[in-house]
Amino acid sequence: MGLEDKIFESLPDVVTVRLDSIVNWARKSSLWPATFGLACCAIEMMNTVSARNDLSRFGAETFRASPRQADVMIVSGRVSRKMAPVLRRIYDQMPEPKWVISMGACATSGGVFDNYAIVQGVDKVVPVDIYVPGCPPRPEMLVHAIMMLQEKIMKESVRDRRDTYDPESRISSVPGTLPVTEGTALERETEVEVAQNKVSRPYSIPSRHERRRSS
Amino acid sequence: MRPRLLKPVLQTFMSTSVENFPGIELLDQPLESQMTLSMGPQHPSTHGVLRLDLRLDGELVIKAVPDIGYLHTGMEKLFEYKKYQQGIVITDRMDYLNPLGNNLAYVMAAEKLLGLEIPERAQVIRVLMCELQRIASHMVWFGTSCLDMGAMTPFWFTFKEREKILNIIESASGGRMTPSYFRIGGLMMDLPAGFENRVKQFLENFPDALDTFDKLITGNTIWQSRTMGIGVISAEDAIDWGLTGPCLRGSGVDLDLRRDNPYTGYETYDFEVPTEPDGDVWSRFKVRMRELVESYKIVRQALERLKPGPVKADAPKVVLPDRDDMRKHMDSLIHHFLIVAEGFNVPPGEVYLPIEASKGELGVYMRSNGGPKPDRVHFRGPSFINLSALPVMSQGEMIADVVAIIGSLDIVLGEIDR
Amino acid sequence: MTEKLHSYVEKLKEHNSEWVSEVREAFGEVTAVVPAAAVADICRFLRDEQQFNLLADICGADNGPEEDPRFEVNYHLFSTIHHNRIRLKVLLSEDSPVVPTVTGVWRTADWHERETYDLFGVNFEGHPDLRRILLPSEFDGHALRKDFPLRGYEPYSMN
Repeated sequence: MGLEDKIFESLPDVVTVRLDSIVNWARKSSLWPATFGLACCAIEMMNTVSARNDLSRFGAETFRASPRQADVMIVSGRVSRKMAPVLRRIYDQMPEPKWVISMGACATSGGVFDNYAIVQGVDKVVPVDIYVPGCPPRPEMLVHAIMMLQEKIMKESVRDRRDTYDPESRISSVPGTLPVTEGTALERETEVEVAQNKVSRPYSIPSRHERRRSS
Repeated sequence: MRPRLLKPVLQTFMSTSVENFPGIELLDQPLESQMTLSMGPQHPSTHGVLRLDLRLDGELVIKAVPDIGYLHTGMEKLFEYKKYQQGIVITDRMDYLNPLGNNLAYVMAAEKLLGLEIPERAQVIRVLMCELQRIASHMVWFGTSCLDMGAMTPFWFTFKEREKILNIIESASGGRMTPSYFRIGGLMMDLPAGFENRVKQFLENFPDALDTFDKLITGNTIWQSRTMGIGVISAEDAIDWGLTGPCLRGSGVDLDLRRDNPYTGYETYDFEVPTEPDGDVWSRFKVRMRELVESYKIVRQALERLKPGPVKADAPKVVLPDRDDMRKHMDSLIHHFLIVAEGFNVPPGEVYLPIEASKGELGVYMRSNGGPKPDRVHFRGPSFINLSALPVMSQGEMIADVVAIIGSLDIVLGEIDR
Repeated sequence: MTEKLHSYVEKLKEHNSEWVSEVREAFGEVTAVVPAAAVADICRFLRDEQQFNLLADICGADNGPEEDPRFEVNYHLFSTIHHNRIRLKVLLSEDSPVVPTVTGVWRTADWHERETYDLFGVNFEGHPDLRRILLPSEFDGHALRKDFPLRGYEPYSMN
């Protein structure tokens, strides 16, 4: 009758498949972006969800207001120096696996705003997976970026993203301490590591994901 | 139960943020019955990166203090380092829901300093595009303020209408959200072929869309009980707090700069200025809904007035020449080179030019020292001032209504923080 | 048009001859240069007697570090009754950029003055809550001063 009958007829009871590909397939088919609008690009991000472009065709329409329920952070707009610690905190609050899309020229490189107030590229604050050019990018370009991210996810290994106990995310849940910039445990650990190995630091507070990448 | 360790943190936090707010008496109650809630900067219904320090007694808001600056872009500094024509691009990114309004204010301030006469066709096109942009801006307000209060359906309808307007703007200027269509001395270029038909097509369907919005929301009992009597501000208070635009007209003050300080030939158009007496969220909602109809009327009138003619002022030292001229005339080529490479000198002086943007009075203070770059450009963003009245509106309301009040103010953080 | 605007300034002069030190007219706008100490009284007079009931804008300006007076504060007043505009200008030296606050006249002046303080370092005497509004509180310097570099004193780093 329905899909179940077809599956029953055509497929055996047991399917063997690589764990990576089935987990990645599940992850990429239901990306949940965080509702995180900064500037002009946020309006285009809303447009991407709206009726004409309909991001739900790609399984990524469930925008979550809480970063703890989100997989993808779409940095949509310019990041000011005042916002950068907040942005980092929101990124730290997101559980693994997590990805970042830098949407627009301002988030990617500062755009036309090369001045005292704007961080020249959000990759100084969080690791970025996909950069989207444009000022602001059209909704189609954001859809394309999400499709590119899906391709990228398919190439990952499950081992890369084990979610272990992370003291940092506990600290960042304390209310009323929003502008705190003092060093976290992980940061101090990294400081030691940097001092011992004399390597340059890609980001000031690397997440596990970043540290894995660099090692 | 509050952990003991947190207490000093909370106290220092409050002492820096909620003290000494003018005009509002601080209720000194023991800390046990109060709590401070930090709403934002990442919050779905603060329309961007606004942060509110809410001091609550249960669900009642004792005090709401906005904390802004999370999108501070340093635009006013940047203007001083850019030539006059380069500044237009920056204004697009200020109030990004109403970029053509920002273009217009900036461009008109420079034109006032230069003393340029703008041809009739360019004026009509400016009015037409600005009113279309106003509709688009109100569409975003309508969709998102409904979304804040839990009504998701209008969002899809309003963004559909907005998309049509963005397509029209894109066909003329090449940009959906950042058009930079108005230039000093006229327009970037004339309207493309078939533009009038596109607008006509939009206008044909727009009354139906308005009907749909009315059916969805205006008569909705839940909507009415969520908005009526919420966030009240009286006419005297509204003027005292400097509110402008729909927020002021929602308090019953009959003021519209398009009629009272006319520019771009608005005085020749036939439109009404809607006002509502109550000063609550519902009044501001009704004002904007009626403004949509007025904008629709202005667009129709402007469309009828479109007559062939030049769209750039006759000022070869300021206005870029046509491509065709540059191939034929040596002096056009020289002017083009000079404008692009060195800019044009603007006579020294200072002007303040206000226009009625979709959110209120958008004023530009521009000062020139005689060179190709402005000495100082300051934008009086209507959202900036309207937001500053949030504490007085939200005092004594429930916390869920703060969201409704923010929605009714129609703020854009790009303009607040600049 | 400007005769009407001049009449407001004339009335201001009649009330107190020391209140207006200079009248400038350009581009159809009238500017009254007023002494810093009296600005709150002038604003109250204009609001109560001349119906300039809406403060549209306060903005500072910097003439450059070698100029004297270095700073300006411009008050743009508007009337919702007769729809006229007038600009008050206060000139300030670099050594003591202090103006009395007008928050007692219009409450909207609060954020305008905080912005001017934040970006120019002009002090508004008697302001109930004068702290930075746009930039973080630990920010060094005043961004819109001419001697402040466009890219700030140091490049951005997370620490």
